[in-house]
Amino acid sequence: MRAAKINGLLFLLGLLAVWELVAQAEWVNPLIVPPLSKILRIFSELIFSGQIPLQILVSMKRAAAGYFLAAAVFIPLGVFMGLSPTVYRLFEVIVEMLRPVPPPVVIPVALLFFGLGDEMKIFVIFFSCAWPILLNTLDGVRSIDWVLLNTARTFGLPRRKIIWQVILPACAPQIATGLRVSLPIMLILVVISEMVGSTDGIGYFVLDSQRRFKVAQMYAGMLALAILGYTLNQLFNLIHRLVLPWQWGMMKRKDEG
Amino acid sequence: MPILEVHALSKSYRQAGGETTVAIGNITCQVEAGEFVSFVGPSGCGKTTLLMSIAGLLAPSAGRVVVNGKEVSGPPPNLVLLFQEYNKSLFAWRSVLGNVRFGLDARGAGSASADTKARALIELVGLKGFEKHYPWELSGGMQQRVAIARALAYEPQVLLMDEPFGSLDALTRLELEDTLLRLWAELKTTILFITHDIEEAIYLSDRIWVLSGRPSEIIQELIIDFSRPRDQVTTRADARFMELRNDIYRQIGGKSAP
Amino acid sequence: MNGLKSFNWSGWLSFGLLLLLWELGARATPKLQLYFPPVSQIVAALGQALMAGPVAQHFGVTLGRFFEGYLLASVLAVTLGVVLGYIRFLHSLLETSIELLRPMPSVAIIPVAILLLGIGDSMIVAVTVYASVWPILINTIDGVRHVDPTLIDTGRTFGLTRPQILWRIIVPGAAPYIVTGLRIGLSIALILVTTAEMVAGSKGLGYFILDEERAMNSANMYGGIVLVALMGYSLNRLFLLLEARALRWRHGMMARQEA
Repeated sequence: MRAAKINGLLFLLGLLAVWELVAQAEWVNPLIVPPLSKILRIFSELIFSGQIPLQILVSMKRAAAGYFLAAAVFIPLGVFMGLSPTVYRLFEVIVEMLRPVPPPVVIPVALLFFGLGDEMKIFVIFFSCAWPILLNTLDGVRSIDWVLLNTARTFGLPRRKIIWQVILPACAPQIATGLRVSLPIMLILVVISEMVGSTDGIGYFVLDSQRRFKVAQMYAGMLALAILGYTLNQLFNLIHRLVLPWQWGMMKRKDEG
Repeated sequence: MPILEVHALSKSYRQAGGETTVAIGNITCQVEAGEFVSFVGPSGCGKTTLLMSIAGLLAPSAGRVVVNGKEVSGPPPNLVLLFQEYNKSLFAWRSVLGNVRFGLDARGAGSASADTKARALIELVGLKGFEKHYPWELSGGMQQRVAIARALAYEPQVLLMDEPFGSLDALTRLELEDTLLRLWAELKTTILFITHDIEEAIYLSDRIWVLSGRPSEIIQELIIDFSRPRDQVTTRADARFMELRNDIYRQIGGKSAP
Repeated sequence: MNGLKSFNWSGWLSFGLLLLLWELGARATPKLQLYFPPVSQIVAALGQALMAGPVAQHFGVTLGRFFEGYLLASVLAVTLGVVLGYIRFLHSLLETSIELLRPMPSVAIIPVAILLLGIGDSMIVAVTVYASVWPILINTIDGVRHVDPTLIDTGRTFGLTRPQILWRIIVPGAAPYIVTGLRIGLSIALILVTTAEMVAGSKGLGYFILDEERAMNSANMYGGIVLVALMGYSLNRLFLLLEARALRWRHGMMARQEA
């Protein structure tokens, strides 16, 4: 296992070295593919000057707002729809009508309603994260085994307590999946919404750099986005492990076994 | 007064196609406090439905159930049903201790007393040291023991058990039979047990009711008067044991419900 | 008999009620009409635009780009995925690089693509390919690697050669994973095409929707959105149809599992 990782690392370093050499020798147009060293230099400059962290903060504020708003609305909705067939049928058609809309297409609507501000992006992210969160929550509630519910009943637990003490913990793993899947969606949509209608944020930064032909800066921005995506993933995993330790153990064993 | 009375209980279902299936035909029986009684029947004869009706988790189509003098119209407070699929009945997000405490917490017992009682039972079922483990870390037999500990920690007057040892390997099954008898003797609960394993029923019970296929009815009652405590070797070696077994087998053996 | 019962009356009713509310509310308050043009107006605009021509063109352009990008991505990603999944050594070489590149949101590639290819069809198809490749590739690799070793050993017992094992056991065995990847890739492709058209396009439904918004023709904008939704819905249905045919064996197995 270790050997494979070292292989991969060496190969990657090799690729990066080739990039550097090819760019330095100007075998490719340096205006399009600048040397790696230049990109990294500009990247660290932008980090230390606070430019990139600032843009990331701006973007993340919007992203987080939309993400958590979606969670706050659609997890409870998913639970209600999962528990009550009446509620489910009531909303089913509306959900099925809105689902096939590719999230970016909602951006013009958001522009219409909210102009170029933060609310526009928050709305877009809210809409985009809705479906994975809703559908996974729904799935989680509906796949709770009747044995589990009846066990709670036989111990005399009243309905309201069953929802909080049994149903929610039981579908927590599936809710976590929905939240996990929505994370990259959130990131993608904040970038898109900034490219289409914004004057700040990391997505805008990358596009703007390209427009001004500050190519190394553009790549630096992309690098920042990659790191951001990676960090968010790790953060999510950490929280996942803390909140749902039992499922974490189960998943790990599945992967190893 | 008997602790549990079943009067003319019957349960039928309407199927998707419109037909009605009668799961339980007509069951009338009584259980005295502290008894260990078993239902034995062919597979598919509605045993689970029967237990769930007695436990108040299903409403019967006709007849009634009386527990401790009170008619059952929902899960009675002093009765617990132990399900066959124990792995689906354990709460994955609670540790062994958390699971065993569940009934006590639900009842509103103080945290300290719930903890003590739960730990006592965990030790009683032989799982001392596993309090902090999660269900997925345990073997099938251990999980079943957690489920049993959880049910008994609740100190129910009546414990209903739906084929609890059916999906365990043979040796684990024998071990748990003895564990159960030991617990039953110590805690003096009333146990109503369902199994398709004839010999298991004879080994464990004071009385056995033999069920017919669907729609199920009691076709025979047998009194099992082997001395207690029972022993896996000597009790089963008794000539009477095999006679009883053959007697029951002739009535239900080889007849699986359609 | 059952069909009537299982038709979701309350669902369609609530949806219809919503539309009715929209229609009446829009007509009653002229101020709102910019944001919520009457539904009837949207439908009319749709019908008109479709027949008049430009919208149909935009639709066709978007659909064409989608198919080009998605099909190219599928072929590339499945082939590469099978190779990487099968040849452990190659996978170990590339795994780190893949894991580092994955977290970057694929839309961030758009500025680079504009730099390299300008703004036009090739740029849009390129970013679509880039974005769609990821889910298909990852799922294919996963699927190939998770093929039950027992199945492979069975093949070897029967004397199958390596290419035969690959073709007859591994690829069908990994098919469910591959299909999952393809399904995700489909949504991603549609998202990228419309996004790229919005960011830097002059044709296509993405561009059309944004352009109509800028011109404050909200009825046309909503109409465009409906069209994209219809496109997405139809593509999904088509996909499910093809999937059902290709994976008939699995559907039977899963149906039995659920019963």
